Amino acid sequence: MDKRLGVYICHCGGNISDYVDVEKVREAIENDGCVLMSKTTQFACSDSNQKEMVLDIQEQNLSGIVVASCSPKLHLNTFRQVSERADLNKYNYVHANIREQASWAHSDDKKGATEKTILLVKAAIAKARLAESLTPNKIMAINAVAVIGGGVAGLKAAISLSDKNTQVVLIEREPFIGGRVGQWGEMFTTNQTGNELISSLYAQLVTRKNVQIYTNSEVVSYSGSIGDFSLKIETTPRYISQDCDAKELQKAMDVCPVVVPDPFTFGITNRKAIYGFAASQYPKQATIDDAACTHCGACEKVSKNIDLSLQKEMVELHVGSVLMATGFDPYTPENGEFGYAENESVITLPQFKKLIDNSESKLIYKGKEIKNIAYIYCVGSRQGDEGNSYCSRYCCTSTIHSAIIAKKKFKNIHNFHFNRGIRTYGKQEVLYAESLKLGDLYLQATDDSPAEVYSENGRTWVKVNDILTESKEMQVEVDLVVLVTGMVPRSDKKVSTLFKLPKGRDRFLNEIHMKLRPVETAIDGITIAGTCQSPKNVAESVNSSLSAATKAFSYISKGELETEPIVVEIDAVKCTWCNECSTACPFDAITQGLDGDRKIAVVNTTVCKGCGMCTPVCPTDAIDLVTFSSKEIMNMIDALTEQI
Amino acid sequence: MADISKKSAKILVFSTEKISDPAIDMAGLLKLHYPPTVYTITIPCSSGIKPSWIMYAYEKGFDGVFIAADGSDCVFGESCTEKTGALVGKTHILMQEKQIEPARLRMAAMCSVCSESFVKQIKSFNEYLLKSSNTEK
Repeated sequence: MDKRLGVYICHCGGNISDYVDVEKVREAIENDGCVLMSKTTQFACSDSNQKEMVLDIQEQNLSGIVVASCSPKLHLNTFRQVSERADLNKYNYVHANIREQASWAHSDDKKGATEKTILLVKAAIAKARLAESLTPNKIMAINAVAVIGGGVAGLKAAISLSDKNTQVVLIEREPFIGGRVGQWGEMFTTNQTGNELISSLYAQLVTRKNVQIYTNSEVVSYSGSIGDFSLKIETTPRYISQDCDAKELQKAMDVCPVVVPDPFTFGITNRKAIYGFAASQYPKQATIDDAACTHCGACEKVSKNIDLSLQKEMVELHVGSVLMATGFDPYTPENGEFGYAENESVITLPQFKKLIDNSESKLIYKGKEIKNIAYIYCVGSRQGDEGNSYCSRYCCTSTIHSAIIAKKKFKNIHNFHFNRGIRTYGKQEVLYAESLKLGDLYLQATDDSPAEVYSENGRTWVKVNDILTESKEMQVEVDLVVLVTGMVPRSDKKVSTLFKLPKGRDRFLNEIHMKLRPVETAIDGITIAGTCQSPKNVAESVNSSLSAATKAFSYISKGELETEPIVVEIDAVKCTWCNECSTACPFDAITQGLDGDRKIAVVNTTVCKGCGMCTPVCPTDAIDLVTFSSKEIMNMIDALTEQI
Repeated sequence: MADISKKSAKILVFSTEKISDPAIDMAGLLKLHYPPTVYTITIPCSSGIKPSWIMYAYEKGFDGVFIAADGSDCVFGESCTEKTGALVGKTHILMQEKQIEPARLRMAAMCSVCSESFVKQIKSFNEYLLKSSNTEK
């Protein structure tokens, strides 16, 4: 009996219908063989449409459906569930991707996009016509998650997963847990310091038996897939044993000849290649900067607890899912950008925050007491199409907060905010109000005419055509210029490249869908959290990390995962047992069997992974992969070559 | 070869669910345009493409077939590259028998983030097919 198909063509708001004439597509397929009914819909994924589909399937006694909408990566499961709710086996639903592969890819050619969509839907109908009811396979899922990145997002995710009785492996590239938050002092809105937050999270984590923490460690290779990822982790030694006390460490630091800018203070202070830990850094064990150290041996001579001969170690671990929380880098201005690296009174926001934290009664930079401070906003953010076009979200609030702290902590501070529109959204708006009350001055530039930093006779000035005072030119002589630098993706892309994680136009890691699947990636079983995904403040990072932890847990919580029942089938009549298929199978799923007294190939369906590697090698074309049979593929080719 | 008195050739892409499909989807997301006469059929692994499917595509009027191969990223194992290469070799023999120019079958390894590479390859393939069609005339 021929199929009774229902076809749904989605507008996706206007994401599809702005470029594809969806009604024309519907008309082109409505009389297509077994199509019993066809509809266009504003949002195929909406609750109301899903209910309508269930009713259609039941009332029209449909034996298959085709949904033409966005990528199946997004809504395959949604429509499979719709089928199941209507008591239709989910493998009778076929998807046509007409958004990513038609309307968006060909938004420059509406006619071409519409014609392509017609053929894509016809091909899906051709496949649906042959679809059969199937039962999914089950595979084991390891109850363990690797969390990569030990900043606030990684720590919260690790705690959340540990609470769910999942084994957690926390992997941090740096020698210390804490990430960027560990570098900050007091933070709005709670006024807790980074140290207080990180110390509290670390204390919660370190005593747990189901959490392993690897610092100074990187994932260097991986294999496997959702349910069972195998990770190789390389750990660089600290070279200093825990027995090294503060006195001995100081001696070693004194003799160390290597001095480098300290990344913890964003380079406003220096440190030696051998160094200790800040209050917010864990574990409390000194280390040697492997990249900077020359292995001269001077430290070994003054401490018996230092051993430079230690080698890197490799560990292999198996986890069911991976959660990426690798964070961000602060934007580094170009040389000369608002005087950066050319005028010694110009620093970045992260450097200014460390300067406040490190100063006591007076705010002093390069030997000079600071009183007048200019803040230049949106440096490295909102740069237009040629640069970082996004807003970094945290920096307006962080700058105003820092300016208020500076004013309260030190005497005679005058703050001048050269902004392009203040974005202290939500509760953070109270900070802006407080800053105005304290007498801070706000001068606003346009995108085309930004503030300018210049020097005259060793004095630094900032000028702007202030749009709040009818574009009058305003000039301020300042002691310090703070460039309000935003967030950029990590420059070290090794781990994201290793996992082949997609990136968006902003070069941050990309989720499948910003609203509906905000922490999932195109790689099954790998989630993303925090600022590796996009600029976020601490609260937003924690929200996303808890969401990613819950998603990761949902993959592995049942101990098994449903996998597609896509296995190969042997046509016993055609098979002559030549052994080619068995040799081609990488999983030893095909062995010799008997059909009466004839030798034929037999498939172990619990071992078959559905790759189809055995199918092209069969000289008699006796093997087909379920749902990807020659008949199905050739019918699709027929449909794709129809004349419109 | 089909008559390509048009601005774009008709190309069939065999793409894989886990690896090259995300790259092709991302090309759309990034609005990296390529000819609309490029159609994708999704399969689990590039080493599972039957030469008969490719030959059928030519028979039905496709000007070119592009295999977006998994390469070393294949979730089913390292032998994918070698096996995909073998099926391409086998298909080339069939194409020669039917006097079909072997260059009308192109294969390139595509990772899950190779959107720009995909579009570049497809544009270049399209140009080649259009050019060779004109030369034949």
